[in-house]
Amino acid sequence: MNAALLIDVILWGSVAAVGFIAYRRGPKVMTASLREGAMDFINIMPRIALGVIGSGYIAAVIPQEVITGWLGPNSGWLGVAAAVVAGAATPGGPVIGFSIGAVALRSGGGTPQVLAYVVAWALFAFQRLLLWEIPFMPARFVWFRAAVCVPFPFLAAAIAMLIGKP
Amino acid sequence: MIAIGVLVAVSATLVWRRDGLSGLLDILGHDVSLFAGILPRVLAGCLLGAFIAEILPHEKVSRSLGPSSGLMGLLIGAAFGAILPGGPFTAYPVASALLAVGADFGATISMVVSWTLIGYGRAVAWELPIMGTDFTLWRIAISLPLPVLAGALGRFVYVRMYPAETESANEGE
Repeated sequence: MNAALLIDVILWGSVAAVGFIAYRRGPKVMTASLREGAMDFINIMPRIALGVIGSGYIAAVIPQEVITGWLGPNSGWLGVAAAVVAGAATPGGPVIGFSIGAVALRSGGGTPQVLAYVVAWALFAFQRLLLWEIPFMPARFVWFRAAVCVPFPFLAAAIAMLIGKP
Repeated sequence: MIAIGVLVAVSATLVWRRDGLSGLLDILGHDVSLFAGILPRVLAGCLLGAFIAEILPHEKVSRSLGPSSGLMGLLIGAAFGAILPGGPFTAYPVASALLAVGADFGATISMVVSWTLIGYGRAVAWELPIMGTDFTLWRIAISLPLPVLAGALGRFVYVRMYPAETESANEGE
């Protein structure tokens, strides 16, 4: 069974499960949640459309050889540090971040460096911090959280160097 | 949103000048099919976020994720972040609600870091198709200890940075 399908099943299964719990609390709770969720979906759709449909173009014009040079297999800890900065500085959504990672892997990037890039992107991507995390969370929490997370892409790269690639 | 729109327009123009109309349409076709594939998952994420926000037991949250919740609080935060589906539009509002009902910075950091590194939502929608299954599973396996470590470091630093607040939070219990 393919992993993506399995997780789709889990995702919709969880929706059904929490929906059932909400229904047990009363049909009103369920319809209110349904309406809330549907409104979120409608509000979020244009943003996702722009991000996903536009990101292919951004990825297509990013000079791949620059990233490959930064994340090369012989770039060592300097490459890991460059990967962390690149991850935080990557614009756009997950399609761009992962596309850069995939390109770097395909064109000979070192796996610990690519891992550090993906982890740093997940933790620090400036666009997600500014567009999502700051509006929803107290700013003090966001900066504190980001500062505390700085060592972890390096730790992930160290683990990767120890256990080897997939 | 506007900045992204400008960035997309500039990039699309560059692609058009470099690869012509066919290059432009190739990427458009690929991205539109990607978008169509993602949409149902976005809907599922939105519904799940709404249901969870509705049924979350708030009193229990402050007890199990507060400043004195110990390692268990960090583990619960990390587990919650890992199972919380959806994108940033569910994770950050839920995390913010946790803070508001009594979770401390440490447990909330575990939750947010776990969501972003271990949570399956983004991994399924984007990482699996783009990076491949092997890399994704390997990356998640290596990331497994990080949320609890980040939460522990956060709690350790927080107590030393804001000792007064930590004391008053403990007295309040």
